[in-house]
Amino acid sequence: MSILVNKDTRVVFQGITGESGALHARACIAYGTNVVAGVTPGRGGQMFDSTVPIYDTVEDAVKKAGADTSCIFVPPPGAADAIVEAVDAGCKLVICITEGIPVLDMVKVRRYLEGKSARLVGPNCPGVITPGECKIGIMPGAIHLKGHIGVLSKSGTLTYEAVGQLTAMGIGQSSCVGIGGDPVAGLDFIDVLELFNNDPDTHGVIMIGEIGGGAEQKAAAWIKANMKKPVAALIAGRAAPEGKRMGHAGAIISGGKGTAAEKIEALEAAGIKVAPTPAAMAETLKSLMG
Amino acid sequence: MKIHEYQAKQIFARYGVPVPKGELALTVAEVGPIAERLIAETKIPVTVVKAQIHAGGRGKGGGVKVAKGGAAGATALAQEILGMQLVTKQTGPAGQKVRRLYIEQGLDIARELYLALLVDRDARRIAIIASTEGGMDIEEVAHSAPEKIITIHIDPVLGLAGYQARKLAYALGVGGKETMKAFTKAVDALYRCFLAEDCSMLEINPLVVTKTNEIVALDAKVTFDDNAEFRHPEWEALRDIEEEDPVELEAKRAGLSYVSLDGDIGCLVNGAGLAMGTMDIIQHYGGSPANFLDVGGGATQEQVTKAFRMILSSPKVKGIFVNIFGGIMRCDIVAAGVVAATKELGLKVPLVVRLEGTNVEQGKKILNESGLAIQAAGSMGEGAQMIVAAVRGKAA
Repeated sequence: MSILVNKDTRVVFQGITGESGALHARACIAYGTNVVAGVTPGRGGQMFDSTVPIYDTVEDAVKKAGADTSCIFVPPPGAADAIVEAVDAGCKLVICITEGIPVLDMVKVRRYLEGKSARLVGPNCPGVITPGECKIGIMPGAIHLKGHIGVLSKSGTLTYEAVGQLTAMGIGQSSCVGIGGDPVAGLDFIDVLELFNNDPDTHGVIMIGEIGGGAEQKAAAWIKANMKKPVAALIAGRAAPEGKRMGHAGAIISGGKGTAAEKIEALEAAGIKVAPTPAAMAETLKSLMG
Repeated sequence: MKIHEYQAKQIFARYGVPVPKGELALTVAEVGPIAERLIAETKIPVTVVKAQIHAGGRGKGGGVKVAKGGAAGATALAQEILGMQLVTKQTGPAGQKVRRLYIEQGLDIARELYLALLVDRDARRIAIIASTEGGMDIEEVAHSAPEKIITIHIDPVLGLAGYQARKLAYALGVGGKETMKAFTKAVDALYRCFLAEDCSMLEINPLVVTKTNEIVALDAKVTFDDNAEFRHPEWEALRDIEEEDPVELEAKRAGLSYVSLDGDIGCLVNGAGLAMGTMDIIQHYGGSPANFLDVGGGATQEQVTKAFRMILSSPKVKGIFVNIFGGIMRCDIVAAGVVAATKELGLKVPLVVRLEGTNVEQGKKILNESGLAIQAAGSMGEGAQMIVAAVRGKAA
């Protein structure tokens, strides 16, 4: 088992003919992901790399190619619309890689998702991978190893760092989920922790947060009350100054709120072990595993 | 992106939010005539001279002063404020040079309120935050008297509901017939402004009730959502590059994400999270990062060269740590960019490079064959310790 994606996941790439959409669709196909369709309005009827049919709409990709999960590479001006299109077409999982979507667009998208069963991962995230089965996103597939540790993170490269450390120690991963660094996004830490908690194949979790907002503090309280499995955490941005956006739209300390110290304190108070440096994530988790 | 108070007020006025009469002055000589005009138009003998910088806390720092002596009084204050190095709690100890003044009419103020709109990331909604304690530091109010802060969340489908605006009015004590109407109209206009202008934050502190029961935005602070820049070509004209860090601006133009810090170890990293993590680990081992720099996932060799050139040419940098975990970013592109910039500018400080991920072998080969004095690190932890040791060794 795993969470969110597996060998049976049927993926449609929205924006498959764009430069990065094409690049990553190819890498996902090479990894073994079942990419059943691409969508680029106006290019319906053509083929991508002579193997993947392209449709004008996600609805066609779902109806004609049986896609159930969408991966979005549509540029920011059209990305929120692409998410809504995927949800309306019946995709049960929508993974949005696009960075730079206006926050007010995402406020509307979140409102639209209320009461719907579709799940959104991202935007501004590396995607989701279940090693050995299905890779949807931009993460380097080769660093992963099939196993039992769940990884969830606001940061792409820190996820790779954690996975690289785990794999180097011979510890595999069940699934790795990038939830993205935007202030308003889809699944949050608690949503994904709940999935890992209920997944019999996940035995422990590395959770990577960063400065800005209060999601990590809420997750700490949730873990304390509900989590049955060991969790090691990292908070990036201990050295970050106040009031400066550190790359991610959401990674900013404002009004003295959302500091790394505040988050680490909340996590430690909930009994969660926090890695002292980003180089010690796997080691910290290992110390918790029997 | 931040804009000045006077620019925010011009935008407010377009939406029908009442603002005081005022004019921009770039020189002291302009101030007298402006003050005379304002006094003649408003029949109020008082004007206010306000420093225009992007940081908050201007009043306490001495950047906002009331002129009672007519045009001469305003000119005297302008003399004092224009060109001063204004230090506020948001500028840092060096302060910010005052290059623009806003001269405004005086008002007979009855009450000072606080009103802000922002994106509440936990609620995933636009929130309106209001308080009866206008003119105060709202963070202090939140801390000492949280019951004096009222928050409402707006459903993006429904928009601001009439009852919500009334609820705010009653809570702020502006429920009288005239003030209620003026207040709800202003709040509605601010919400429309927030949406249409793609704001991420809009703060009025204070929003005043005058002695004649008018509602007026006495201050205005607006921040735009950088992600929405593509649909706002008009923002370019509002940008004041003198308020921005020149290196950060140059980086932005090159498509890089860069933040200047106070330390002496330059960092070149891919990914925002890893870039923050790199700063953290340098600090953990006793060093001090000179910058946050995320070259991003899809950077070209030219962008990497440009980024590395920026670090190399910074006089405060005593050592450099390149930390790359290549996903989309290929290690060979980073290596080639680092070598190109170094060959051009020379390498006078220690350089530690850690490469991992996509095309790592090709990347290492490029570095090895460059003949440059590069120390290769096997991991992020090792690299951080090496650069801290090298910089300390040099300093000692």
